[in-house]
Amino acid sequence: MIAETVFNQGFEVEGGDFVRGGEASCRILEILKELAFPPSIVRRAGIAAYEAEMNIVMYADDGGLELTVTPDRIVIVVADRGQGIPDIELAMRDGYSTATDEIREMGFGAGMGLPNIKKNSDEMKISSTLGEGTRVEIVIKANHGEVRCEDSRPCAES
Amino acid sequence: MRLSQIADALELEMCTTNCSLDCEVTGCYVSDILSDVMANSKEGYLWITIHIHPNIAAVSEFLALGGVIVVNGRRPQPETLEKANEHKIPIFTTKLSAYEVAGRLYGSGLRCQKEC
Ligand SMILES: Nc1ncnc2c1ncn2[C@@H]1O[C@H](COP(=O)(O)OP(=O)(O)O)[C@@H](O)[C@H]1O
Ligand SMILES: [Mg+2]
Repeated sequence: MIAETVFNQGFEVEGGDFVRGGEASCRILEILKELAFPPSIVRRAGIAAYEAEMNIVMYADDGGLELTVTPDRIVIVVADRGQGIPDIELAMRDGYSTATDEIREMGFGAGMGLPNIKKNSDEMKISSTLGEGTRVEIVIKANHGEVRCEDSRPCAES
Repeated sequence: MRLSQIADALELEMCTTNCSLDCEVTGCYVSDILSDVMANSKEGYLWITIHIHPNIAAVSEFLALGGVIVVNGRRPQPETLEKANEHKIPIFTTKLSAYEVAGRLYGSGLRCQKEC
């Protein structure tokens, strides 16, 4: 555990369960709201956690999310047991996906998940071992104020 | 524009049971790709989609969307409505297509508010 931890909890995720998939991230969202983080931070953490959780549902056997909150950061470690990722650089590319037709029919598999995680986090670490599993670490810094544009357009003067 | 006004004007059929329509809609996004919605819609937006599975409720919850309009007469699955009711996310259905719904919303003056 990281020093000065103010909150730490783990959540299990079952591979292939599209009905319950997303519930772990939903709990994380609720906890961060309760801890009174600014909405923009809660939203970024929620999106990143959800994309990573759904990757477990889609591509792994099982796994979990671990939320750790310290005074200056939110860390979400998403780890699974599963097939792993053969080429991480390729997997990180916008549009790259190995999703099945069935998954695509549900609106997943656009190859935007990992890029979305990167975009919404301040630090993202990903490692994977073929045939064993994948680990994604999402860090969101909580100490640099709540004003932050979510897209690349310049902020309008207010 | 209020969600209740939009629901009346487009004669949307409400599928959820305990959601208030007394809220301001800040914009709209049309997409059937969940990650695309995650990347490009903002708080208070209405989401137009053909999807009916529970993840539309989850995505709406993460993004704090104002509601979902399911088009082409499709009906959300019971698990979807359960989740949506739990999180108080209004879901509607309509026989109209995504094109028709978006066109009418734009025609009625709804624009996407810039967030920052
Ligand atoms: N946890 C995981 N286990 C195995 N493969 C994964 C995992 N996460 C991502 N991948 C691989 O990386 C690809 C890209 O992931 P992502 O950007 O989330 O897009 P998508 O989920 O739409 O395919 C996936 O199609 C899959 O091949
Ligand atoms: Mg994905």
